[in-house]
Amino acid sequence: MMWWRKFEERLFYVLMIFSTASLVILLLVILLSIFLKGVPYLSWEMVSQTPKGGYYFGREGGILNAIVGSLYLSAGAVFLALVFSLPLALAMNIHMRTYKRTLHVIRFVLDLLWGIPSIVYGAFGFTLMIYLGIKASLLAGIITVAIFILPIMVRAMDEVMKNVPVTLLESAFSLGSTRTEVAFKVMLRQTLPGIITAVLLAFGRGIGDVASVLFTTGYTDNIPTSLFQQTATLPLAVFFQLGSPIPEVQNRAYAAAVILTLIILIISIATRLLGRGYNKTRIN
Amino acid sequence: MEKSKISIRDLNLYFEKQHILKNVNIEIPENQVTVILGPSGCGKTTLMKTLNRLVDLHDNARFSGSILFEGIDILHPATDLVHIRQKMGLLSQRPTPLPMSIFGNVAYGLKLKGIRHKKNLAPLVEKYLREANLWEEVKDRLNDPAIRLSIGQQQRLCLARGLAVNPEIILADEPTSALDPISARIIENQFVELKKDYTIVLVTHVLRQARRIADYVVFMYLGDVVEQGPAEAFFNNPTQEKTKEYLGGAFN
Repeated sequence: MMWWRKFEERLFYVLMIFSTASLVILLLVILLSIFLKGVPYLSWEMVSQTPKGGYYFGREGGILNAIVGSLYLSAGAVFLALVFSLPLALAMNIHMRTYKRTLHVIRFVLDLLWGIPSIVYGAFGFTLMIYLGIKASLLAGIITVAIFILPIMVRAMDEVMKNVPVTLLESAFSLGSTRTEVAFKVMLRQTLPGIITAVLLAFGRGIGDVASVLFTTGYTDNIPTSLFQQTATLPLAVFFQLGSPIPEVQNRAYAAAVILTLIILIISIATRLLGRGYNKTRIN
Repeated sequence: MEKSKISIRDLNLYFEKQHILKNVNIEIPENQVTVILGPSGCGKTTLMKTLNRLVDLHDNARFSGSILFEGIDILHPATDLVHIRQKMGLLSQRPTPLPMSIFGNVAYGLKLKGIRHKKNLAPLVEKYLREANLWEEVKDRLNDPAIRLSIGQQQRLCLARGLAVNPEIILADEPTSALDPISARIIENQFVELKKDYTIVLVTHVLRQARRIADYVVFMYLGDVVEQGPAEAFFNNPTQEKTKEYLGGAFN
């Protein structure tokens, strides 16, 4: 039977190499095709100007409206989501520690919400907009994206906080800390890199999503100057401009794709670096 | 008869359906080292965590009976846990420094008590680090992360941190089990030193350690208190069969 075991070992080794290699190649091909199509059109004009003569027909101008719009939208949504998710994650892991069943339900619901496609959040945001009587705007987009990334943020923080050793919390409590003190002086310090990772993860999801903002932000050539104005975003810039018959407009779509990819790459790398280097006093 | 610091009366504790502590009655004498002895899984740690109500962090702990301390029943639902816990410093099996600097760890408890400025904190931090016999080793690197200390030093840091809250009782749950023999001896000697000012409750399953420092001994087995009494009498003339077997090394 020895030959079989050797063969088996060899076979699985080859299979693993094959699947790993295909994945890496696929990723490279995607990146390469985006960059090959988009990089030639990246110019100072592209990133410093708004479209001239309409985003769909105008041959001149750039995508500054979408870049700034996307950053506004994601930053706003991340901030809004953070205000709700940090207290929830802390409460789940300190105040509600002993309510195992409740926690189980909350985690289950959050996981369900995580799995819902973003178009459903878009539709929900649209309904909410009508109900609240606000028009398609930066604000409506921020609210929708915040709802969409909330479960991602809470669960990502929750996973990190769940792994904090109970002995650490015990020693903090045994010194006479209140739960709030344990939350902000011990838990937060201990899990800060994880919290930053969660925020950046949510930011990446928020900035890249098209379906949640399709109905809620509208689209415009201008940079919004208030929360109640419509805004462009990078994913929508790709979506709308790629459909144009005019080559120069299509090129703007590819440029937008490259910039979006670059932003997400930068965020991913920053996430890794921050996760590694920050806060040397952390207990492992 | 010495004055008792803590009176545990008819304490029963359950996790889910498991009966962990069975009708426990103990009088813990003031300014002495009380050693709680017993094999693993006999409820020693749970008893310890009940004294400062850390059991509240664990789900489904139900308890009955009373633990009297300065006229307060620790087990009463309305008891101010923050107050109770500040009267009891806890040293756990493995040292658990907080995610802060060495200075920050000792200052943590002081800050909770409202002492803020560094110039007020610094002399107190030094005082407690000296009490825990750690000052000389760390005085030049107070701002280093606590996690960089050796395990033995970390445990003494935890002792200093516990003393800084100005407790009256020190609860120590097998505090030397993760330490090398030399660090363990330092901690033991520290306890003997500290009992002038504090009441010490020490959980251990190391018989020799108990013989070295115990003034009063409680022997537990499977949630029951089998025998308790002054160390002399306990080690030389145990009355219960179980105790004799245990002291003879029959089970561990």
